[in-house]
Amino acid sequence: MKPAPFAYVRAENFDQVFDLLDEHGDDARILAGGQSLMATLNMRLSAPEILIDINHIDGLSDITSDGTTLRIGALARHSQVLESADVARMAPLIAQAMPHVAHQAIRNRGTFGGSIAFADPAAELPAVSRAINARMILQGRDGTRSVEANDFFLGLFETAMQPSEILVAVEVPGIADGERTAFLELARRSGDYAIVGIGVQGRLDSGTFSDMRIVFLGAGDRPILASAACDALNGNPHNDETVAAAQSALDADLDPMADLNGPPEMKMHLARVLTKRALTAFAA
Amino acid sequence: MDQNVDITLKVNGQSVTRRVPARTNLVDFVRYELELTGSHVGCEHGVCGACTIRVDGQIVRGCLMLAAQADGAEVETIEGLSDDGSISDLQQAFHERNAVQCGFCTPGMLLTAEELLQKNPSPSREDIREFISGNYCRCTGYQAIVDAIERVANERNA
Repeated sequence: MKPAPFAYVRAENFDQVFDLLDEHGDDARILAGGQSLMATLNMRLSAPEILIDINHIDGLSDITSDGTTLRIGALARHSQVLESADVARMAPLIAQAMPHVAHQAIRNRGTFGGSIAFADPAAELPAVSRAINARMILQGRDGTRSVEANDFFLGLFETAMQPSEILVAVEVPGIADGERTAFLELARRSGDYAIVGIGVQGRLDSGTFSDMRIVFLGAGDRPILASAACDALNGNPHNDETVAAAQSALDADLDPMADLNGPPEMKMHLARVLTKRALTAFAA
Repeated sequence: MDQNVDITLKVNGQSVTRRVPARTNLVDFVRYELELTGSHVGCEHGVCGACTIRVDGQIVRGCLMLAAQADGAEVETIEGLSDDGSISDLQQAFHERNAVQCGFCTPGMLLTAEELLQKNPSPSREDIREFISGNYCRCTGYQAIVDAIERVANERNA
């Protein structure tokens, strides 16, 4: 299908964006990489009056590091993030998840910030951002504010962003010495949205888990932090018994909805399977 | 509000200026406005890869980008890459290895293969499969396509 008609403005600065957002409210949509938005427009699942293209606002696509914090500009393309040495060093969980984000032609266009702001519960980057305690930097007319990833995702495609704000960057505390990561997902085809996926960051010192953060994608209405499973791991040795306890604890963490892939029972089963596989990879 | 946009871009090296509806996808623009019909329209929501087109040197989904967004950009289509000979070895290998049946996916497949070989001149068969995983082919079963790309990689490295 083709999109319903709309107007298009290539914004040159934030003031122009905020003026247009004030003027058009819910009838305006921000266009970043467009790799989700364009598909919904083509299918007429969404019919905004105006698209505000922010791709030509300067300074939003840099990936920088001060040695302790990694800052990924909202307009950094997925392929740019995938190839970034700073990302690989400071946020290996992002680097591990990124090959699962769609395909090359989409990664060349889709943006890191767009994926976070869109908040698809089956997408990799919102989930990973929770596992690594990322901070979302939101720009409003009167300045910026920062929201922790834990507080950012409120529901299905719903975030803590105000209608008059745009995401300009994501800041990530660099991974600490001794921290490990693992990322796995199950998808019908490489690059497709996951049926279920898992990201893990934490410690395994002298064979004992600590500071574990396990997140799931595709297992709820938002990226889910599996805190009961983490509690079952922290302070315990890496063995079959501990892993089984973490798998069982997922009953308290996850309440997946049925979707095109299958019923909740199947998702719970796959989440347990992925948990064991991910912890094996984590410990390797 | 005005739902049309004036754009000037380069397509296969030639400057083009048009006034287009803002909602026009880039692939529809090159097909209907410029009559470059080698880029195909399949699913229209970014899944199939038939509309793969090159913008500023990188492949993109032609159905997930607006013509309006290509204002000022350099666009290359299968017609441009065919005429300048830069992928003639890939085309020859696809032909000889029977990596084409109906041909609908072939332009997108060729552009994707070329970007793979530019980024990774010596890909494994797994690398090839991974890189073309965003391009659906419903005829060949992919084996012949992987063979053809692998052959060109080997030839270019020879």
